Amino acid sequence: MIKVEQLTKRYPGVTAIKSLSFDVEKGEIVGFLGPNGAGKSTTMRILSSFMPATSGRAYIAGHDVFKDSLNARRHLGYLPENVPLYGDMRVNEYLRYRGSLKGLAGTNLRRRVGAVKELCSVKEVENKLISTLSKGFRQRVGLAEALIHEPDLLILDEPTIGLDPNQIRQVRELIKSLGKRHTILLSTHILSEVEITCSRVIIINRGKIEASDAPENLVGRIRTSGTVRMEARTGDDNPSELIEKVAGVKSVSSTLDEGWHRFSIRVEANSDLREEIFRLAVARHWTVRELTQDKATLEDVFVEITHADN
Amino acid sequence: MRRLIILLQRELSVFYYSPIAYIVLFLFLILNGLSFWFAIAILNRAPSENTVVQVFFNSVFFWIAYLLLFPVITMRLFAEEFKLGTIETLMTAPVRDWEVVTSKFLAALIFYLSLWLPSLFYFLVFGWLGNRSAIGSAGQVLAPYLLLLVMGMFNVALGCLASAMTSNQIVAAMISLVLTIGYFFVTLINYVVNSSSPLLREITAYVSQLDHMDSFSRGVVDSRVLVFYPSMTLLLLVVTYQVFQYRRWKA
Repeated sequence: MIKVEQLTKRYPGVTAIKSLSFDVEKGEIVGFLGPNGAGKSTTMRILSSFMPATSGRAYIAGHDVFKDSLNARRHLGYLPENVPLYGDMRVNEYLRYRGSLKGLAGTNLRRRVGAVKELCSVKEVENKLISTLSKGFRQRVGLAEALIHEPDLLILDEPTIGLDPNQIRQVRELIKSLGKRHTILLSTHILSEVEITCSRVIIINRGKIEASDAPENLVGRIRTSGTVRMEARTGDDNPSELIEKVAGVKSVSSTLDEGWHRFSIRVEANSDLREEIFRLAVARHWTVRELTQDKATLEDVFVEITHADN
Repeated sequence: MRRLIILLQRELSVFYYSPIAYIVLFLFLILNGLSFWFAIAILNRAPSENTVVQVFFNSVFFWIAYLLLFPVITMRLFAEEFKLGTIETLMTAPVRDWEVVTSKFLAALIFYLSLWLPSLFYFLVFGWLGNRSAIGSAGQVLAPYLLLLVMGMFNVALGCLASAMTSNQIVAAMISLVLTIGYFFVTLINYVVNSSSPLLREITAYVSQLDHMDSFSRGVVDSRVLVFYPSMTLLLLVVTYQVFQYRRWKA
């Protein structure tokens, strides 16, 4: 659905993206991650044919976004960052205008306007001026607009920025449900959202792709060592030393709270030592009330990949 | 064509739905009324060879209203889209750049023309109630309106260019005002330089809006003018298109 080849964009004095190449297949929901200024918005603006690349090519549904831009745009619903809308229009009026601009007419237009209002739950504000809407409604009106012509591809630039947790959840559910019929490329800083909704993640940093894989594979690949936490009442004088003797344990730190030790046990990457530690506890007759292993999250992956040179 | 009409409808609705449009219309009517009253007052004072049409279209009130109109009408056109960021949603819809530029130009031109309609009624009513000969023939009344059309195209295009250059409406209005008045004062070069060069006088006469109005309000339709303004308009629109595209691409 999206094909990007050696895409480069230079602004005077800055290179925003450096020979970026990636593909997005039909039906995928791809999360586009990276620190601020990494080149996410630039890439999305080039894909939406808002501006041309300095060099390289990009295709949407087989159409070159620069040379055959009108056809590329027909397959695309784009929600820019900060959701620019005309404040002087009413929601209904705006959706009808954008729908007809994208080639809908007559009963088809009416049907689609009704459908996207339903889908994005903006029916209750359909006759309000857009300038009077709250952030959450503006976001949903923007999304409704992007969907109006049933595009094959949706490009969403930070669709949940500035929303409250309930609204974020609603938008996330909406995106997930849209994923069944549309291909989606979305950028966001909310990593838990990506873990839930996206089938693949592309992490870019300083204009280059650093990783591209399913979120669970990325998490599995992470090199930082894990941590096991245990809370136990022990009779021993120095339980930390005993734990350190377990093979695979790197270091142990503990705090004592009303007779309960809280151990934070650093273990080697991708190993699970909970069984060994449990056996030790049984052998020493410790009373254990908590034994868990911290899982690496996408956040750890993100920080590890993008932190090194920032 | 279909897209152009949709865009044009949208641009026109911005003009006619906003209260500011009616404030402009109201103030413009006052200036026009003053201008008309002034014309009749002059004709009442002493016998004159001029028709009321001539006096109306050559008065100070007329020119003040004419020149101040364009910054007000055109400042918003492109500047606001850049300011709000709606340029991004607009230009990622399947529309061509020239369609956007043309629709904005046409909408401003239509609004501008609609502002002149009431003044046409002044002459009709005057001719009906008063002295037919004080107005002159139908051609004499309509000729200045023909000039208002072609000259207005030029000035609206100038305003479009100013608005495409910036994201700030006030700055756009200032640029547009400077360009409009700057062009209007080309006639004055003759007085400033005080030259007797016939070439300079010929050149300034060819582009002078004052001279054009003088001849059209006498009923003399100069075909050079009818070629000059539309071709300058086209040139300005091409430059506007380039500036618009440049700003979008470097955004």
